[in-house]
Amino acid sequence: MTGTVPPTARLRAEDLTLSYDQRTVATSLDVVIPDHSFTVIIGPNACGKSTLLKALARMIKPQAGEVYLDGAAIASYRSREVARRLGLLPQSSTAPGGITVGDLVARGRYPHQKLLKQWSAEDESAVAEAMRQTGVLSLADRPVDDLSGGQRQRVWLSMVLAQQTSILLLDEPTTYLDIAHQVEVLDLCADLHEHKGHTIVAVLHDLNQACRYATHLVVMKPGGIVAAEGDPSQIMTEELIEDVFGLSCRIIEDPETGTPLMVPTARRRTAAPATS
Amino acid sequence: MSAAHDADTAVAHESRTGDGHESRTGDGHESRTAVAHVPGPRILSGSVLRTRGGRYSLRMQGRTVAVTVILLVVLVAVMGITLTTGDFDLSVGEVLEALFGSGGGAADFVVNTLRMPRLVTALCVGAALAVSGAILQSLTANPLGSPDIIGFTNGSATGALVVIVVLHGSMTQIAIGALVGGLLTAAAIYLLVVGGGLQGFRLVVIGIGVSSLLLAANSYLITRASWQEALEAQAWLIGSLGNRGWDHATAIGAAVAVLLPLALLFARRLSMVEMGDDTARALGVNVRASRTALLLISVALAAFATAVTGPIWFVALAAPQIARKLTRSSGPALVPAAAMGAVLLAGSDLAVQRVFSPALLPVGTATGTIGGLYLIWLLVTESRKSRA
Repeated sequence: MTGTVPPTARLRAEDLTLSYDQRTVATSLDVVIPDHSFTVIIGPNACGKSTLLKALARMIKPQAGEVYLDGAAIASYRSREVARRLGLLPQSSTAPGGITVGDLVARGRYPHQKLLKQWSAEDESAVAEAMRQTGVLSLADRPVDDLSGGQRQRVWLSMVLAQQTSILLLDEPTTYLDIAHQVEVLDLCADLHEHKGHTIVAVLHDLNQACRYATHLVVMKPGGIVAAEGDPSQIMTEELIEDVFGLSCRIIEDPETGTPLMVPTARRRTAAPATS
Repeated sequence: MSAAHDADTAVAHESRTGDGHESRTGDGHESRTAVAHVPGPRILSGSVLRTRGGRYSLRMQGRTVAVTVILLVVLVAVMGITLTTGDFDLSVGEVLEALFGSGGGAADFVVNTLRMPRLVTALCVGAALAVSGAILQSLTANPLGSPDIIGFTNGSATGALVVIVVLHGSMTQIAIGALVGGLLTAAAIYLLVVGGGLQGFRLVVIGIGVSSLLLAANSYLITRASWQEALEAQAWLIGSLGNRGWDHATAIGAAVAVLLPLALLFARRLSMVEMGDDTARALGVNVRASRTALLLISVALAAFATAVTGPIWFVALAAPQIARKLTRSSGPALVPAAAMGAVLLAGSDLAVQRVFSPALLPVGTATGTIGGLYLIWLLVTESRKSRA
């Protein structure tokens, strides 16, 4: 798991021990997020991938070890300062009842605001820009409650974008979305990564989506161990999937993008056909 | 399905509201040319007040301001009627003269000794209970999360009853006992809840349990009391504004003067916490500290209010919800809630004093009756919502 990544990366974790609900999910975990990468973290359920993401965003405090942001321990920053450098889209958020899309996205400006400076021209342009990027500008005066799941996820994403941080952490941004909206959200992330130079770290469930969008893939296995990391087309092997997920599969080339495509091997047909 | 459709409406919407936007954000910040002013669809609801140069800016919701102003007008009307009518009718002029020191003996006594301290106490207690309820309901994300439901009020009662029945204390000592009882109960609930994270539902459920335990303890204390003590205890338990003098008014006034601004200072953080702990934290809110501070403010407001008047039900439960519905606010709306609480309590007190005039009905019976009906309505609509 050696990285070709320089140790000067803006966001990295050193020797982390993480626990969640009094259960240790990882020990001596080292992760470096390459600058300007689209890093995707995958792994089986309960392998600690979301916990790692939360530690990277300072949502939880590691039992031991340290997360470094821009060269300093992330624990040493003030809360707002972290929020000006790093945005997080949590797995679930609650929209206050009756709030409009514009008002909700505007809350992303909180770390930049003061008690008597509640809405500056910068706030206005940042929010408009964030909503334009995600295509929700036209929904600004609609109540969030009226939106579909896909629209709502784009609204939450706009809120994080309005924070104007160049590092974005996304915790399972495609959960609860149908396939079309999953692709829409991931395409949006890829655009942000390519055109705006954002560093994106996302936890995903779908291996093939991960391989297609990630420039840097972190594969975790239970116990919070990084089984492999790097360019998906270099690290994705049938052995790795067998080792991490306990699934036998074939890796073929994605006909659209040329990235690795994982196809589980067919169920062995031992039983006789039902009709005979 | 939505992408193409959205793009269409975006164009239509922009051309329709472009002008309105210009006039809305006002003339203040056009001088600030560093940021290009792109006319687009309006993003925020409400309006923005901004100083030239953009150093200070405030967001305003027109509807919230209007509701608050209307409530204040109603409040002034209630105050006017309270001060001028009763066994001894006074004109507005006489009341003003009495208030500003040049009135005659009788008017001076009626206004400054009888009516004004009672009115000030009602206003402050109403506002304190409403803000306490607004904060708790917001923290627990539950309309039932109010100090009278989750045990703080019964805790205050226990404190007061201990002073009455066991220590045979004076009125002031009873108030102190209620204050201590409320704060201790809150501390106990906090310790029971905090193990599992300060989550809303847990707080409400544990609070309801603690409340029932304390109610049993209170009933037991009364059975141990002498006839005289039991009468005194019962009178305290019903919650009354009768015989409240300036010492009561200044005590609750001082508490509100300190705690209300603190609550307003934390209001923005409170509305962030409503989106969930992770989201709030991701936006730079120190969630744990904010929750603890807000809980403390809420508990202190409820405890002071209850210490002064005894348990007054329903105001903390209903005032914030009514204010929120009227303002259609997406946040906790503390100022309208405070005004609503003051209107409700001062109005209820006026009603029990004048409508049921000879009967000397304590205000707690009025708010309790309305509160019971409101609670039934709330539970029915909530359960219908959760079944849907």
